[in-house]
Amino acid sequence: MSDKKKIELPDPSDIKEDILAKYPKKVAKKRAKSMVINDPEMDQEQQSNVRTIPGIITQRGCCYAGCKGVVLGPTRDIVNLTHGPIGCGFYSWLTRRNQTDPGPDGENYMTYCFSTDMQDSNIVFGGEKKLADAIREAYEIFKPHAISIFSTCPIGLIGDDIHTVARQMKQELGINVFGFSCEGYKGVSQSAGHHIANNRIFTDVVGLDDVVRPGKFRVNLLGEYNIGGDAFILEKYFEQMDINLVSTYSGNSTVRDFENSHTVDLNMVMCHRSINYIAEMMEKKYGIPWIKVNFIGAEATAKSLRKIAEYFEDDQLKSKVEKIIKSEMKEVKIVIDQVKPRLEGKVAMMYVGGSRAHHYQELFNEMGMVTVSAGYEFAHRDDYEGRKVLDSIKIDADSRNIEELTVVKDETKFRPELPEKKASLLEKGYRFEDYEGMMPDMKKNSLVVDDISHWESEKLIEYYKPDIFCAGIKEKYVIQKYGIPMKQLHSYDYGGPYAGFKGAINFYKEIDRMINTNVWKLIAPPWKNQPEIVAKMADVEY
Amino acid sequence: MNTTVSNQRTKTYAATRNACKICAPLGASVVFKGVRNCVPLIHGSQGCSTYIRRYMISHYKEPMDIASTNFTEEAAIFGGERNFDTAVRNIIEQYNPESIAVASTCLSETIGDDMEKIIRQFKARHAGESLPDIFFASTPSYKGTHMDGFHAATLSLVKHFASSGEPTNKINVFPGFVSPQDIRNLKTILQDFGLEATFITDYDETMDNPSWYTYKNLPEGGTSIAQLQSAGSAMASVELGKTLAKQQEETAGTYLNHQFGIPKISLGLPIGIHESDAFFKALESLSGKESPAKYIAERGRLVDAYVDGHKYNFGKKAVVYGEEDLVIGLVSFLEEIGLDVVLCVSGGKSGQMKRILKEDIQIKSHTEILDDTDFEEMAERCREIRPDILIGNSKGYYISRELNIPLVRVGFPIHDRMGAQRVQHLAYIGTQSLFDKITNALIEKKQNESPVGYKYM
Ligand code: SF4
Ligand code: SF4
Repeated sequence: MSDKKKIELPDPSDIKEDILAKYPKKVAKKRAKSMVINDPEMDQEQQSNVRTIPGIITQRGCCYAGCKGVVLGPTRDIVNLTHGPIGCGFYSWLTRRNQTDPGPDGENYMTYCFSTDMQDSNIVFGGEKKLADAIREAYEIFKPHAISIFSTCPIGLIGDDIHTVARQMKQELGINVFGFSCEGYKGVSQSAGHHIANNRIFTDVVGLDDVVRPGKFRVNLLGEYNIGGDAFILEKYFEQMDINLVSTYSGNSTVRDFENSHTVDLNMVMCHRSINYIAEMMEKKYGIPWIKVNFIGAEATAKSLRKIAEYFEDDQLKSKVEKIIKSEMKEVKIVIDQVKPRLEGKVAMMYVGGSRAHHYQELFNEMGMVTVSAGYEFAHRDDYEGRKVLDSIKIDADSRNIEELTVVKDETKFRPELPEKKASLLEKGYRFEDYEGMMPDMKKNSLVVDDISHWESEKLIEYYKPDIFCAGIKEKYVIQKYGIPMKQLHSYDYGGPYAGFKGAINFYKEIDRMINTNVWKLIAPPWKNQPEIVAKMADVEY
Repeated sequence: MNTTVSNQRTKTYAATRNACKICAPLGASVVFKGVRNCVPLIHGSQGCSTYIRRYMISHYKEPMDIASTNFTEEAAIFGGERNFDTAVRNIIEQYNPESIAVASTCLSETIGDDMEKIIRQFKARHAGESLPDIFFASTPSYKGTHMDGFHAATLSLVKHFASSGEPTNKINVFPGFVSPQDIRNLKTILQDFGLEATFITDYDETMDNPSWYTYKNLPEGGTSIAQLQSAGSAMASVELGKTLAKQQEETAGTYLNHQFGIPKISLGLPIGIHESDAFFKALESLSGKESPAKYIAERGRLVDAYVDGHKYNFGKKAVVYGEEDLVIGLVSFLEEIGLDVVLCVSGGKSGQMKRILKEDIQIKSHTEILDDTDFEEMAERCREIRPDILIGNSKGYYISRELNIPLVRVGFPIHDRMGAQRVQHLAYIGTQSLFDKITNALIEKKQNESPVGYKYM
């Protein structure tokens, strides 16, 4: 959407200093590197994936949350058993709003929360026997396709060997049983858990089913978790394009599909942070190339669909894609025209996840809104600065603890035609593994903040006086106390879907409703009568 | 006394499937949030604190500043003292709180971090600085549920703060895990009796804040340190919860009794006429005053409603679940209105619930009682019993959905309805509200299913 109005942002150096002044010296020094004043033309290092400082209230979760909650949580034909005391399992009991469609077979264990509910004596004498009994019991009750075990913090300490128990149970029950050593203290955030989940699925699940499924084109969609039904929208596009979407990691997914996911021609990565590992490993072992896609935002969706069609170099496919875009864009435009006059120039801030804080800027841009500050909760430098910095990322003690698998080519299943295709496309200028990160897409002087704390968001709100603030439920009621609309981008505020064209329309309407509702008139934000720092600068027409 | 076969479980399970309990530091956090200008600090990996905040937020819909000592792998091996030091200093810097309340986690307990010592050493290292009060409750979840954490936190507070002094006419009230609105209601009642009360703790305002004009990083309200100190010189303590009364271990009330000779009055949660009467009677004798006319009227209206609604409630089969003391309170009320409580469920395992329900409440012989259990066991029993209504928290929704029966939401957590903070359970006024909800849920179901669509039901 051609936007004539160019908005310049104020230099936030002062507010940054202000915020840091409140911290003890060492903390201030550390936090300074996590707050970068952006210049898209310049390479600047964004400190990220480093430990949260104790006592600074973080929105981050733990390794277990990333492994069990994020990656495996949305898969329905597996019994996920939390090995530990009750809380960890209870808190991750279907809290993320991943939707699923069990279809006619109806097999769906997502609504259950299984825990070994460790008691005192298990902590003292070990919990392996209880774990084995719990697995047998789950098998007896459900006869599931697979069972997985997730270790929580105390398990790591008492030294239960979940992997041996898994092996024994696998033998005894004749189904796939595997464990994740995803104790919460590993790594610095849920990110460690994503990596651990990727590894184990890759070694214990991917490649078990070699039957090549029908269709001319086969793909996987990686890093789409079907919050609020996003994946359902995307699945329809693939259907319309006659592309066989073999598996999605892991929205609306099954272990059965993962087992077959090495048979595809292309991997598409949505959330780079949580899932790039498996894309890389599949390429090494099976030769499957991967591309970055983004289906958040109508323009972004169109671009991604075209990119897929280009990969397959198929004219019929290309014209199908154009047809979809043409018809969907018509509706998109109608709604954009309605909401844009009410939203143009409004200011957004967002701190969320490992990719959403980037992707959702697209949607705000489409409405003519400006993102003045953004950041991730658990991302790494490559998610900010792009994959070009991968080699220069220092591996610290916390990352070293997370196993990096050595993957070798599978001589029988490797498909040499895929790397060949990749090479020829590369020559034509097609780009693979091309994640450039969030910062090049953000405006000059926008403030990029990693793992933002309570305190920092409070100060930044007072400074930017945003029209909308996006984060998670933990921030929601803080923000709303300021009289500012707050949109949850983890759980979508129980709304959605927001992916694809239909999703974009939902989002435009939702943001319009949120910003322009009468409720806010009853709450006067403290700065109601103060000039607005961003809008003031926004009047320059080009 | 009744002994029934139906209370003999046919099968025990190794795993907990859909737990009907939450973890201990969550209970402690609720208590600590009721202390004025206090920041709770959960000692362990950050996941526990994040999850607990997340859970409390989805229920209370309020900011929930609860810090963590953010254990890393090293801390998990070598202990969390260094992390503790950093955390406390950062909390002081950002919040300047009057107190910091520490709760342990399974992890720190498994490592064996000696918190008393860690706190002592922290104070020694920072001698001469003006520090907030720092106190600690041990809350390993492998030893108990959120209710055990709740009571451990309450006890830790009085142990840390209560001191002897000139006897006062104040009353200590230990309300248990109820809603902010319940506490608000109880406060009014005590005021109307002319009693000065210290709620331990008072999370009425702190967990149900109005919209603010300027943001406060610590909410207003809560029990002050001065009030907590004066708990040691009060006239009496009122401790609500029948299992608590029978508990072997020390409670806040028994501690104050032993330490300072403060009489302890143990009552059930005042739900229903019988238990509310007991509560008001206790207040009458504490204050030396008759119950104010306002409450006589409330009681009268409640009895009147019982009579009017009887035809809808009588004989309807109800399943009640949640914290043990809440279940006991609810059952006592439901029996009064003619509902047939067929199953009582709790994840708690004080071991007292069965006995109290049978001996004190004199529940019917066919009522099944399952403690130390989970939702799946409850679901299995429900499929057989076919109740007409469920009464409990949001986590039982899936069972009500499967059975196509109403669920009246009480207790914690309630994250699929508005107003969890304002659900009223206690005293005549709270019972009235529960009564209306339950009866209306039954009427609504009947009306929805009537083939004609009558407007008189
Ligand atoms: S480790 Fe213990 S304290 Fe932490 S969430 Fe799990 S049960 Fe709760
Ligand atoms: S105990 Fe560990 S695994 Fe469990 S919630 Fe806490 S940090 Fe996460």
